[in-house]
Amino acid sequence: MTLSTLATRHTQALLGALGRLARAPLATVLTLLVIGLALALPAALGLLVRNAESATGGFGRAVDMSVYLKSGVSLARADELAVNARAVPGVAAVKVISAAEGLQQFRQYSGFGAALDALPSNPLPNVLRIVPRPRSSGITALEGLRRTFARWPEVGMVQLDAQWVLRFDAILALARRLVSIAAVLFGAGVLAVIGNTIRLEILNRRDEIEVTKLVGGSNAFVRRPFLYTGMLYGFGGALLAWAVLEGAVLGLQAPVAHLASLYGSGFALTGLAGRELAALFCGSMALGWLGAWLSAHRHLRDIEPRA
Amino acid sequence: MIQFERVSKRYPNGREALTNVSFFVDRGELVFITGRSGAGKSTLLKLIAMLERPTRGTVTVNGRSTGVLKVRHIPAFRRHIGVVFQDHKLLADRPVFDNVALPLVVAGAPLKEIDKRVRAALDQVGLLGKERLAPMELSVGEQQRVGIARAIVGKPPLIVADEPTGNLDPDLALEVMRLFKRFSEVGVTVLVATHDLHLAREFGSRELTLASGQLTGGAADPLPSLVASR
Repeated sequence: MTLSTLATRHTQALLGALGRLARAPLATVLTLLVIGLALALPAALGLLVRNAESATGGFGRAVDMSVYLKSGVSLARADELAVNARAVPGVAAVKVISAAEGLQQFRQYSGFGAALDALPSNPLPNVLRIVPRPRSSGITALEGLRRTFARWPEVGMVQLDAQWVLRFDAILALARRLVSIAAVLFGAGVLAVIGNTIRLEILNRRDEIEVTKLVGGSNAFVRRPFLYTGMLYGFGGALLAWAVLEGAVLGLQAPVAHLASLYGSGFALTGLAGRELAALFCGSMALGWLGAWLSAHRHLRDIEPRA
Repeated sequence: MIQFERVSKRYPNGREALTNVSFFVDRGELVFITGRSGAGKSTLLKLIAMLERPTRGTVTVNGRSTGVLKVRHIPAFRRHIGVVFQDHKLLADRPVFDNVALPLVVAGAPLKEIDKRVRAALDQVGLLGKERLAPMELSVGEQQRVGIARAIVGKPPLIVADEPTGNLDPDLALEVMRLFKRFSEVGVTVLVATHDLHLAREFGSRELTLASGQLTGGAADPLPSLVASR
């Protein structure tokens, strides 16, 4: 068989499948709705997690550490200590925040300006702001760093505000796992829906399949239009799921932007794009193909011509 | 072309449709299979078209033993046999052209050739110009001839027909039989199961007579080798 006849056969199977779907619009639309909504749910969850990750923008990679020096330690000594701190393995950057700068910031953000003015002298110590290397931002590595600095005689206290960041990361990891589970469950649902739809279609076209086998149609030939039907269901379902998600994103964009602005963030909700979109369509079409194949494999065998 | 060696066929329900049947049909022969209904005519044709496999014995068609043919080779095997049914088995939701074209589409013939050969086949059965009609718009006799056109469109070396004239009036029946005779004259082997003895004898062809699953006449000229092996 030449390549062009093979191409002709596939085109025929595709057009035939399209035509059949178009001739039963109501049934087709209902099936597509089921598939589309089943796909939209895990995709929406995934989108939610991805947006939450970008909204909190790389928290996990910016776990700073505040090393408070004892109150008697001078700024000059603090600069020397900063040089030493830079040499500690796992430290990416060190910034010295002098007591005066600290007071300035505190006055600006705390609202206790008047109370501070009443104090006879600056109560704040000099501080080293340590930025760990990304590789050392795990909880054990951070704890190790904290202990290293705590042993220095000039250091009064080391504060590590990583706990809530780590918790947030854990929540996101949990959410990601939930997305995977939902994707598997709903994917299985889509597989079953398409498989069953194809099964009914095969039973409806029993006579045609019999005659086709009678005149020498191979199983592959008989199966092909059903595989295309399955893939078309997958494609249509993905299209519908995409539309549903775009609609949801469009509806949520304004309130989310408003909320973000209240937090002083320029965050904007985004829909599926690029690789995510490709994954949705490819995955859905693969599910359609697989569902159709399983169904066809199971049911076409049973249809043999009788005279 | 067709060789049956001590073939028996027992159906799962225990009924033995054929018992120890042996015969040989040469290339280009027109052979009638006669007998009452239930005598095993249909079973015999089903064994040839690989719709059934023999319980005992060997059926050899076109040099291939059907008993050992692998399932995946059955489609290719069937493409070399044109089958005509009494109930013609046409697809009601497709026009005549598509029905006749099916064996060629299945075989992967180019579109141009399909068009040419479908018209040629319809011309041979006298239905040229009815390509676009649905089978239900045709008379029973015309539907039967569409079935025949579908059987011959792939130019198979073997045609088997089960009661092809059962629904036809005598004139049409005669015409269909003449058509089969013409095919056999150009080298196509034709087996026709019929209960119409008069029609069969009018052609002076060989006649295989079945009664209760056994061959009672016409098994003549078995292969010399077959005789020797017994």
